[in-house]
Amino acid sequence: MTKTTRRTLLGAGAALTAAPALAQARWPVRPVQMLCPWAAGGGTDAVVRIIATLLEKEVGQPFNVVNRTGGSGVVGHAALAQAAPDGYTVGIITAEICMLHWAGLTEVTYRNFTPLGLMNNDPPGIQVNNTSPYRDVRQLADAIKASRPGQMKASGTGQGGIWHLALAGWLQAMGLPAGHVRWVPSNGAAPAMQDLAAGGLDFTTNSVVEGRAMIDAGRARSLAVMATERLGVFPTIPTLKEAMGIDYATGAWRGIAGPLNFPAEARTAMNAGLDRVFKSREYNEFMNARGFGLSYADADGFGRYMAAADVSLGDAMKSAGLARS
Amino acid sequence: MDAVIEGFRLVAEPDVLIAIFLSAIYGLVVGSLPGLSATMATALLVPVTFWLSPIAAIATIITASAMAIFSGDIPGALLRIPGTPASAAYTDEAYAMTRKGQAELALGAGLWFSAIGGIVGTLSLMLLAPALAEIALSFSTYEYFWLAFLGLMCATLVARSSPIKAIASMLLGLLISCIGMENPAGTPRFTFGIPDLLGGIEPIPALVGVFAVSEVMRAMATAEPPKLPDRKFGSILANQWMLTKKYQWPMWRGNFVGIIIGVLPGAGADMAAWVSYAMSKRFSKEPEKFGTGHPEGLVEAGASNNASLASGWVPSLLFGIPGDTITAIAIGVLYMKGLNPGPTLFTERASSMYALYIIFILANIIMIPLGIVMIRLASRVLRAPRSSVMPLILLLCAVGSFATGSNVFSVMLVGVFGCLGYAMEKNGYPVAALVLGIVMGSMVETNFITSLIKSDGDVLPFFERPVSSILAGLTFAALLWPLGAWAWARFPGRRRRTAAAAE
Repeated sequence: MTKTTRRTLLGAGAALTAAPALAQARWPVRPVQMLCPWAAGGGTDAVVRIIATLLEKEVGQPFNVVNRTGGSGVVGHAALAQAAPDGYTVGIITAEICMLHWAGLTEVTYRNFTPLGLMNNDPPGIQVNNTSPYRDVRQLADAIKASRPGQMKASGTGQGGIWHLALAGWLQAMGLPAGHVRWVPSNGAAPAMQDLAAGGLDFTTNSVVEGRAMIDAGRARSLAVMATERLGVFPTIPTLKEAMGIDYATGAWRGIAGPLNFPAEARTAMNAGLDRVFKSREYNEFMNARGFGLSYADADGFGRYMAAADVSLGDAMKSAGLARS
Repeated sequence: MDAVIEGFRLVAEPDVLIAIFLSAIYGLVVGSLPGLSATMATALLVPVTFWLSPIAAIATIITASAMAIFSGDIPGALLRIPGTPASAAYTDEAYAMTRKGQAELALGAGLWFSAIGGIVGTLSLMLLAPALAEIALSFSTYEYFWLAFLGLMCATLVARSSPIKAIASMLLGLLISCIGMENPAGTPRFTFGIPDLLGGIEPIPALVGVFAVSEVMRAMATAEPPKLPDRKFGSILANQWMLTKKYQWPMWRGNFVGIIIGVLPGAGADMAAWVSYAMSKRFSKEPEKFGTGHPEGLVEAGASNNASLASGWVPSLLFGIPGDTITAIAIGVLYMKGLNPGPTLFTERASSMYALYIIFILANIIMIPLGIVMIRLASRVLRAPRSSVMPLILLLCAVGSFATGSNVFSVMLVGVFGCLGYAMEKNGYPVAALVLGIVMGSMVETNFITSLIKSDGDVLPFFERPVSSILAGLTFAALLWPLGAWAWARFPGRRRRTAAAAE
């Protein structure tokens, strides 16, 4: 009795392992699940849904977006890292994956994923109220250097969020301690921009896109962008390097990844598919209309990009006293 | 004038009209399912808008969200399961009316005054947008702190039970809102190493749990109540005109409060409904009737939360600052369709703006006939045997809470809150106050802490700034009011004692 059971099990096991092997030859043969660690309706959700829609055209199978939310992104990222590596679960991962583990909130790091492609990066800007005396970023930097520690206030997101780290990194690049400007935590960029307009803050370091409507309304000005080159949508805003010779760049990026041991066949196909999606007219029109920054790296490039981001975000967190490990 | 005509022409396009009609039905259906919120309904529409013309895309968002907010009142009135935190303030009242055999009056009031509130809110958006926007921009964290604090005090006003128990429930809500790392320090609190708790407790699972699941539990524990007389559902709108005339003043007050609160980003429809319901009770000639199935509070709060929905678009359209999660989604769609928010939208794209206003008004008008059909269909649930309705509710709660984040944890959360709600109700603690604490808790805390960070620990700015000094005055007046009333009755003689006893 036991013998037959064991044999049946072995047979079933063989069939199971054989099935993906057969399927790999013409991946994908069925719809692919696409995880999003953030809630429906947000920025990451918008990006993953346009990618899913365009990928379906490229590879011929539906990509179903599933919002796997909870725990400030911890739950969704962990779910993707732990998914079966059969090529039928992929997902979008965000800059938080290189921050959460430094704060001791999860064990999952970028090494737990198979990178497939970087699709977007939004660099932080430096925004001031329109009535602010600082006409350019150099004047603001001088005022910061001359101020008492904690005298000047900045905001853009919650404590330890990506824009907080952007501020810490910028201050460090100027040779100042990360806490020299006091961070006022806010529930995202929109309340920070509103408080900037209401006169409650000296400047904000959220992305320029998030402050775009306030800038258009003549209530705020953006002095510089912390990127290697100027933004396509805002060509008049100088980079930090141009404006004050500081070579500091960071950003909130998003890319597509799968779990570790992702099938090579699927990886190649996804890499090619994402490449075509990124170059497509629809993707460029959508991203430009929403003001999302267009940055691309292929599978290998995305891996190197995350490794570098992990180091630089980790450094910023350590200097701001936010790292636990 | 040309722009107005052009606006009408834009709305009269067949694709826009079809989009309005279909998204109206969609919004009504999704909104009436317990656990599926108006935000969820709107978020799921976004991929559809990729293929629509700009005006049709905005029309679907506006129509679906207005319908979903109204139809959230339907399960609230029929089954005591509020669809949104906004309707939690008056769910008990509407349900009490249903038990009195006045379901059509309660639902009709929800429909009629929602539509009026929506239209008045739209008119304010059309006529006063720039002035209202200035109000929104004069609010910094100091003012928000006082506002949220005032909102919390509504807990004692709204509850029918003893104020002590209402405050206790509210404090429990505040404690629950401390869970997670979404606090000013970004430090995980009360998470016990469970990653799912890092994001904190969302109001929706708590709401579904304490109202819906606890209702199912109560149904299992108690004998079936005498069946409501099986009768034809009466006319839904017949008595609304009478209510409009009788409660004209509360209705206008509700509209006004809704418009002002709606304009403030982050406050929104939830707070508008609570504040209006509390005000209605405070200023009513017959406050003792509140909670027993009295339509006055429904009139004021129903008008208020829909008025705030429309005026909530003011900061979104002028500055791209979302008033709530729905307008946050809508802003994304506006950008995607090239209708970038900002003052230029009102000048350079005036025809699109008029089209938007017309859609708002149109959506609130077709809400009435479609809402009547929906109410008639939904009212069948009252005739169904309880043993078949309750399991279905439980199933919907589970599916709804799973759907928002594909997360089993939120399903368990609904269950936990169900048990909590059951135990609280059994001992006379109002669950609505608990929900209020959860909704307002993080707002009170965040604004208090960030204000102190900005002022380097100085509390003076809480009283110095012009608007915040007024709000502080209001808060202290409301806090000290019962004390003053008591002293007034106690000392200058005993003749006012009976008046105080009625308080």
